[in-house]
Amino acid sequence: MTSTTSAEPTRRDFLYVATGAAAAVGAAAVAWPLISQMNPDASTIAAGAPIEVDLTPIAEGQDIKVFWRGKPIYIMNRTKKQVEEARSVNMSNLPDPQTDQARVKEGHDQWLVVIGICTHLGCIPIAHEGSYGGFFCPCHGSVYDTSGRIRQGPAPLNLAVPPYAFVSDTKIKIG
Amino acid sequence: MSGPSSYNPQNPALKWIERRLPLGGLIHSSFIAYPTPRNLNYWWTFGAILSMMLAVQIITGVILAMHYTPHVDLAFKSVEGIVRDVNYGWLLRYLHSNGASMFFIAVYVHMLRGLYYGSYKEPREVLWILGVIIYLLMMATGFMGYVLPWGQMSFWGATVITNLFSAIPYVGDSIVTLLWGGYAVGNPTLNRFFSLHYLLPFVIAGVVVLHVWALHVAGQNNPAGVEPKTEKDTVPFTPYATIKDAFGMACFLLFFAWFVFYIPNYLGDPDNYVQANPAVTPAHIVPEWYYLPFYAILRSIPSKLGGVIAMFGAIIVLAFLPWLDSAKTRSSKYRPLAKQFFWIFVAVCLGLGYLGAQPPEGIYVIAGRILTVCYFAYFLIVLPLLSRIETARPLPNSIADDVLAKSGSRKAPMVSTMIAVAVGGSLLLGGMNNAKAENSHGTTPPSLSWSFAGPFGKFDQGQLQRGLKIYKEVCSACHALSLVAFRNLADPGGPGYTPAQAAAFAAEYKIKDGPNDAGDMFERPGRPADYFPSPFPNEQAARAANGGAAPPDLSLMAKARGYERGFPQFIFDAFMQFQEKGPNYIDALLQGYEEKAPAGFALPEGSYYNRIFPGHAIKMPKPLSDGQVTFDDGSPATVQQYAKDVAAFLMWTAEPHLEARKRLGLQVMIFLIIFCGLLYFTKRKVWAAAH
Repeated sequence: MTSTTSAEPTRRDFLYVATGAAAAVGAAAVAWPLISQMNPDASTIAAGAPIEVDLTPIAEGQDIKVFWRGKPIYIMNRTKKQVEEARSVNMSNLPDPQTDQARVKEGHDQWLVVIGICTHLGCIPIAHEGSYGGFFCPCHGSVYDTSGRIRQGPAPLNLAVPPYAFVSDTKIKIG
Repeated sequence: MSGPSSYNPQNPALKWIERRLPLGGLIHSSFIAYPTPRNLNYWWTFGAILSMMLAVQIITGVILAMHYTPHVDLAFKSVEGIVRDVNYGWLLRYLHSNGASMFFIAVYVHMLRGLYYGSYKEPREVLWILGVIIYLLMMATGFMGYVLPWGQMSFWGATVITNLFSAIPYVGDSIVTLLWGGYAVGNPTLNRFFSLHYLLPFVIAGVVVLHVWALHVAGQNNPAGVEPKTEKDTVPFTPYATIKDAFGMACFLLFFAWFVFYIPNYLGDPDNYVQANPAVTPAHIVPEWYYLPFYAILRSIPSKLGGVIAMFGAIIVLAFLPWLDSAKTRSSKYRPLAKQFFWIFVAVCLGLGYLGAQPPEGIYVIAGRILTVCYFAYFLIVLPLLSRIETARPLPNSIADDVLAKSGSRKAPMVSTMIAVAVGGSLLLGGMNNAKAENSHGTTPPSLSWSFAGPFGKFDQGQLQRGLKIYKEVCSACHALSLVAFRNLADPGGPGYTPAQAAAFAAEYKIKDGPNDAGDMFERPGRPADYFPSPFPNEQAARAANGGAAPPDLSLMAKARGYERGFPQFIFDAFMQFQEKGPNYIDALLQGYEEKAPAGFALPEGSYYNRIFPGHAIKMPKPLSDGQVTFDDGSPATVQQYAKDVAAFLMWTAEPHLEARKRLGLQVMIFLIIFCGLLYFTKRKVWAAAH
């Protein structure tokens, strides 16, 4: 290259900078669709619409697993004893303090609805297992109580509660 | 690349790496310090353009493969899913499908440039043969890629091309079965084509590295065809060739963008928007335009094996070119006879391309045979003979002399090239179009004016809403719309409904779902995520209800139908962005019931005369009559109005992102024009130092 460097910016410098800048803008604009295509597509988003679940077949002390947005959701019909256990816990014993009342819908105290994904590294905990009678994650030994709150093991947070609402006494809408 | 590198990194980290892996030195000596003949013209930028196109194809292809499903039941639908639902999926698909055509345009220019300037001659024979290998790999890759969308042309193209191998004596049939992995083209075929279509581009990239390596050992040829002798004959690759190539690439991108954003289906066949059907062959099986000359040679030989040998021979003969043409003078610029024969050869190739698209009958067969003989004669007779009898004009002493002596003679070939290419290209394209011609009854649907035509075209929302109403009240009694979901009614660029309106519309439909806990199927109200249901449970039921003819799905109808545009018109279409064949056809078909069958036309039992329909006998009774559907907006309740509205609606269902495509296209075009201008002036400034 010819080295005609001068202290003052010249028209030539402006041209070179403008061309380089246009190339950079073009490259960035091209990158956008190439990355954007990795996001969920329209049919995936549409398939993530809210679902309705009928609660009538779930007997007391039983649970079912449904799927919403590719995630397993535990719906548990807790016994009176389980609810009492969940409510009699001393908050200071919890790594992620939260009352049981805050995790269920008022007036539907026996229904626990949680996303069944361990907050440690995403495994699926097994219901009705572990020393607290709630959930036990076999991967790394996290133990959750009957409110889905973390009690032992490496998981940092309680099992998440998905957005849901009671449409009627026996039907919920998740999402 | 030959000789020690002048690369001398100062940065200690780069130094450390350079001692262990001299990659920096390799890049420096290949693409920065590499001496480039200073007289290269723009025909030489096609090498860079080809590298760019290979990169574009690999990048878009890798991404498309993330969304594509290589299964006979899902492939067609997954491609439509890409175009309809994936973010910018329509752009990626059109870039890839049109990119293939651009790749071949560039490679043909590149090859013809090599042919004209004698780039295959000593010491570049290996470079040339590697090029022929790349070309063969490109053809295989392009063919297998075309099969993947699993449309009618894909399927039948695959059937025809694989059957070529059945011409091999004794083992032909076994080889074809081996290629198919079955008793016919089917799922195993599609699976292996996908695998190989993904693999071969990387093989191409590997051979391209060898090609470039061989180029850098031998040095670039140049228009004068004399080797560089002194420093004055060359310029460093960077910035001179780099900026010139960048300008060439940007101009090519502008050309590419025109196709992608404004005429994305211009080079494709409407039949490929019909899902593969092993029970029906399209009227004309025509390969993509870039294979037409070889297809013509195949058909010219009245023997199965002979045709196959001739077709492959037409490509293989290129590899022997360095020895067939033994003339001492490289560049045709200094070979008066070779120059003329070169242009005749170009015309022969274009003529073969034209014939490849014609039906194999009458004069076309004879012309095909003559041109096939001409094609081979050029390589096997003309070039060997010329190299013995021709007296070349004196060569310039050096490249520097050539640059200084450049005069009017440089303009002339450029102009004549442009004229020859324009004439030949139009013949070829015209031929392509004529292949689908239908001569009897002389029927071409009238070209209507559509709101969505042209660079700023937009759908008329009222028209789409009326069209939807007609579809729902009339067409949906027989026709499915299986690729369109209720949620699409609320998509931007569509009929303009709100999500709540789309949900309410969906709820009017009963959707079959299940199985439930009891193992039974059940019906429920439609949701926005559901697709428009088919009126029949399956194809057999549809056939039974319609006298044996299954009503086609209407989702892609506007893209899956086309008609002949005629030779000159077809050329103007590329500039005028004419893409409305489908809607014109649909409109004309729906209105085409009015006329009486001409005397002597034998109308089959149970059919209706419709001059627009291929064969003019359609099984569908007249679907529309005046006053059938009432519109809320006071539009006239006439068949004419219905036909146009429903055709526009079907255009939207076939291409829901049409508005987004045109809008983005305008932005891209403006950007590229500015960018090309900047590059041009930068290039001039950079080269000012060299002259």
